[in-house]
Amino acid sequence: MICLKNLCFNANRRKILAELSLRVKPGEFVVVTGPNGSGKSTLAKIIAGLVRQSSGQIILDGEDISELSITERAKKGIAFSFQQPVHFKGLTVRDLLQIAVTGQETFIDPGVIDFASLLAEVGLDESYLDRGIDKSLSGGELKRVEIASALARPAKLLIFDEPEAGIDIWSFDRLVGVFKKLRKKSCAIIVISHQKRLMAQADRIVILKDGQIAKSGPADKMIAALEKEQA
Amino acid sequence: MKTLDQIEKDLFKTVADIDEIPSGAYNFRINGKAVGRQSSANINVEPQKNGLKITVKPSTKDDVVHIPVIITESGMTETVINDFYIGDNADVTIVAGCGIYNCGADRSEHNGVHTFHVGKNAKVKYIEKHYGAGPSTGKVINPVTKVYLAENSYAELELEQIRGVDSTDRVTEAELKDGAKILVTEKMLTQGRQHAKSHIEALLLGKDSVADIISRSVATDESRQEFTLHIEGDNECRGHSECDAILQGKGSVIATPSLDAKHVDAQLVHEAAIGKIAGEQLDKLMSLGLTRLQAESQIINGFLK
Repeated sequence: MICLKNLCFNANRRKILAELSLRVKPGEFVVVTGPNGSGKSTLAKIIAGLVRQSSGQIILDGEDISELSITERAKKGIAFSFQQPVHFKGLTVRDLLQIAVTGQETFIDPGVIDFASLLAEVGLDESYLDRGIDKSLSGGELKRVEIASALARPAKLLIFDEPEAGIDIWSFDRLVGVFKKLRKKSCAIIVISHQKRLMAQADRIVILKDGQIAKSGPADKMIAALEKEQA
Repeated sequence: MKTLDQIEKDLFKTVADIDEIPSGAYNFRINGKAVGRQSSANINVEPQKNGLKITVKPSTKDDVVHIPVIITESGMTETVINDFYIGDNADVTIVAGCGIYNCGADRSEHNGVHTFHVGKNAKVKYIEKHYGAGPSTGKVINPVTKVYLAENSYAELELEQIRGVDSTDRVTEAELKDGAKILVTEKMLTQGRQHAKSHIEALLLGKDSVADIISRSVATDESRQEFTLHIEGDNECRGHSECDAILQGKGSVIATPSLDAKHVDAQLVHEAAIGKIAGEQLDKLMSLGLTRLQAESQIINGFLK
């Protein structure tokens, strides 16, 4: 169970998050959506430890992890998929997945890892394992590798920050398939997204506005409400 | 071949990746003397003044010659001049490399001048690793590599300064005739107060000649690196150079590229990037469970891999 209590984040004298509280249970799939600047990505980064909250608490399975580093949170079971995949000169897809699975550097014997299955989850074949994580991969391929690296983690909480960003329509179809399968996982899942096809996979949708939860409820009702607003 | 002590074995393993005497042609040099030499059916290794003359027969296929050098005596300075003649249509790998172990007060210095004459349609891969060990700060390696590529030949140079070399002044030059291609990959790590200087130059004389020069370096602590990369296009040709460097601590790097297009169809490109490790790279690896130090080490090892 991840429990966010009264999270606040201020930047440049502006409130990005204002007393935001949220609980996500194990096995629950929550999509967080809302207009640009509503604080969605900041919220995801604060949970993963990439950004430090101004105040408030983050509780994972009863333990206060608010002051823990990115590494410590990762070791506690928080996995984060970046909105913008990172390039690495000299690291291969295999290297990244090995680090994701073991939490160790690549010169340490990884034991037996089924790299092919990890890639298959995001619709890539084994030939990608020895590709560099660099400009030789397309945006969609990089994004899928990024998602695979998060899925490879032994996670209690999986966070995806706009997984649909930067991918083409063909890759997006596969991505929806990935998230359909994710529903079977026992961990908690938070997905930051604007895409209704991803929202439709969720148990619950949370709509942020001005750093606060404006609405929250079951996916079908919230999608209907969003469509009504946009009509 | 003399029996090697542990330091000598470690140096040979590090610079030439050898645990035992290779089956093909070789020349092992320790403290200025050849301690083992062998030619093979297709590769002749013979002494010449201050070095070796290595001749590869035309049409030789997939053969290898090892010529590593190590110095374990403090205060030793040597200059080795090796000339390579690669016959037409040959395909050969040359494993060189220099390791210095210096635990004394004096400077140990190796100057290696390697000149390659690569025949028509021939292919050569040259691997050269440099490494220093021991507490002295007087470990100096200055290599000069000259490559003359005949029509449609190909050379691949893997040049690496692994670590521990206190001072280096490297010069790599190539001249390419019609259809010749060269790929130069130089990797360098400097630490402490080490200093490295490298000049790489490709002269594209021939039509459809191609040069690709990739330099990757990491300057840590208070070390300093200076690079000059020069490509001259005298014909319809393609040249690309890429200089990437990571800085840590008070490390510093100056990269000075120059492109000289002397033909209207010469396509010459240079890319350069110098800076500290990107924050998002650290964040990504830390989000996978590595500590900051582990993430930095992983990024640097990958970058220089």
